[in-house]
Amino acid sequence: MSNPLLEIKNLHASVAGKEILRGINLTINQGEVHAIMGPNGAGKSTLSAILTGNPAYEVTEGEILYKGKDLLAMKPEQRAWEGIFLSFQYPVEIPGVSMVNFMRAAVNAQREYRGLQPLTATEFLKLMREKRAVVQLDNKLANRSVNEGFSGGEKKRNEIFQMAMLEPTLSILDETDSGLDVDALRIVSDGVNRLKSAERSSIVITHYQKLLEYVQPQFVHIVYKGRIVKDGGPELGDRIFAEGFDWIRQEVEL
Amino acid sequence: MREENKSEDVLKDITSGEYKYGFTTDVETEVIPTGLNEDVVRLISRKKGEPDWMLQFRLDAYNWWKEQKRPEWGHVKVEPVDYDKISFYAAPKKKSENKEVDPEILKTFDKLGIPLHERDMLLGNMPSQGSGESMMAVDAIVDSESQKTTYRDKLAELGIIFCSFGEAVREYPDLVRQYLGKVVPTRDNYYSALNSAVFSDGSFVYIPKGVRCPMELASYFRINSSGTGQFERTLIIADEESYVSYLEGCTAPMRDENQLHAAVVEIYVHERAEVKYSTVQNWYPGDKNGRGGVYNLVTKRALCAGDYSKISWTQVETGSAITWKYPSCVLKGEGSSGEFYSVAVTNNYQEADTGTKMIHIGKNSSSRIISKGISAGHSQNSYRGLVKVLPGADGVRNYTQCDSLLLSNTCGAHTFPIMDIQNPTAVIEHEATTSKINQDQLFYCQQRGIKEEDAVSLIVGGYAREVVQKLPMEFAVEAQKLLSLSIENSVG
Repeated sequence: MSNPLLEIKNLHASVAGKEILRGINLTINQGEVHAIMGPNGAGKSTLSAILTGNPAYEVTEGEILYKGKDLLAMKPEQRAWEGIFLSFQYPVEIPGVSMVNFMRAAVNAQREYRGLQPLTATEFLKLMREKRAVVQLDNKLANRSVNEGFSGGEKKRNEIFQMAMLEPTLSILDETDSGLDVDALRIVSDGVNRLKSAERSSIVITHYQKLLEYVQPQFVHIVYKGRIVKDGGPELGDRIFAEGFDWIRQEVEL
Repeated sequence: MREENKSEDVLKDITSGEYKYGFTTDVETEVIPTGLNEDVVRLISRKKGEPDWMLQFRLDAYNWWKEQKRPEWGHVKVEPVDYDKISFYAAPKKKSENKEVDPEILKTFDKLGIPLHERDMLLGNMPSQGSGESMMAVDAIVDSESQKTTYRDKLAELGIIFCSFGEAVREYPDLVRQYLGKVVPTRDNYYSALNSAVFSDGSFVYIPKGVRCPMELASYFRINSSGTGQFERTLIIADEESYVSYLEGCTAPMRDENQLHAAVVEIYVHERAEVKYSTVQNWYPGDKNGRGGVYNLVTKRALCAGDYSKISWTQVETGSAITWKYPSCVLKGEGSSGEFYSVAVTNNYQEADTGTKMIHIGKNSSSRIISKGISAGHSQNSYRGLVKVLPGADGVRNYTQCDSLLLSNTCGAHTFPIMDIQNPTAVIEHEATTSKINQDQLFYCQQRGIKEEDAVSLIVGGYAREVVQKLPMEFAVEAQKLLSLSIENSVG
């Protein structure tokens, strides 16, 4: 029996008055991993921005149900508390705010929403240590400011570290693999795979084959000009990597 | 649309935080009749039991002041002060003959979180700098008079003098006379002259040669009475190769009137001595509509007279309706150094015009200015700074960084940096930024589950961190809380 976690229905969205998404329909059940592929500018990142409630983007039509609830009515932080996590394509630097303080605020806000006591300093630092090991992130990270002075690879690993800390129900990875070398890619993929369970689902936005080899999505969707134009299994991904998007373009334009 | 409205609401929330220290203490207070004239100056001097030279100093200041016009150059709108309506001396009456502090006053300081009880401490067992266990000696000043100074005896064993200014005039007249007005001359400006004529109380600190003061010295200023002004006078002398860290804190009750706090702080630093001076200024800022609040018009200056002497000013300014102050460094000694670290937060209708002056006279003297302005609501926040290098000062270095953060669309941030460099060997760097609170940073925090108002507080705290971390630890924690509180309900 499939249990829908996320249902996107006829989603239209725009940024700065320009329509980017033109009727996205997508259902993701619990425990599923979906890959989203498509040429640059197709609307992949816009979709992740809409799912997480980025105020720079505007929904003009359609609805999204998450755990059966109206997702669009929720504030960004409430979506996070409900278990939605975005691994940002471009993680943001916050000067002067240490990773420890940042993560502690995030973890305890989530706990508060779920009616749990905040973690003590000791418990929290223990959790940090554990999860840091998952992505082999340096100890010094804890005292550095959020993403400040991090290399590209460190930033991406830091995203997966945060994901491990927050244990989301729906994780969205927006080109987390871009700019990573093979070793870093393996570390990131391990982090993602560890979270897999019958309840948790993931959306993986990518241009590259390697990540899909490691993460192994059951479903692949091709986004083109703001719509999902093709659905399939892993074989669809393989064809894209072999032939590119031109055949998709031709099919759609015809 | 929905998102924008929500942002506006949160912004409003964050800037409408309530002032926590607005209560009044019900004590019997002696207040002299309002108005200012020569008789009032004489009366103040008599009340304080001052010697004749002190009275002459006051009269000289008064006679010059009454001929002067109020300065208008600040980027602030100061309503003309009606000096006939202010009482220039107010002091809680001492209970009976004994010198005990009124329990109501003790309660007040307790409420403010300022310890006026000395903790048991074994002789010679003072904690050293950075040992974690912090120790603070406090001089508590209500309106015109110091109420109590703690740990005086312990400090005296090291030859350190820490007492109220009034006591210093009576007990150490030679020291006071030698240094008073040497760093800030009476005729320096309108408000320094006014202060010199009617100053009430403040702290006096003397650190003898070669002594590192083992605890933080703190003065706590509280305006309690209505219809009064407070004229703080503080004098700090660091003799050769000595060290002291001094803190001041300020609060006042919420009142509809504008109260005047016109202070003069003088610091004299001898050869190889170092003074750290930290301020957390939280005078009543006025209400949401800009009614009431303290006018904080202050002259603070340090003279690095000796070679390789050092002064460091750190200020966190969140209170006052009007703040007008430029803690300055006169770097006369060779290789002397001056630092100025400032966070100034303005909200609602507050106005701040603050910065520093670095006057390089000595060869190879250096200075560093880090100024962070945060404006919200309808407030105006200005940085005004002067870096001056005299012809004889070879090898001077200055670094200035001046950042402004805007939290609303209706506030203003301004910078007035002036450089007057008369020696070609000087290396002067100046960096300045102005930014609005970054929406990407906000969203990043929110996506991790941090509420918008908490995210703003986190981001602003990070922005101010470079300055706040210069404060002694117990003050840093307070300052951080104060920052969050001041910008509460203010994001946009």
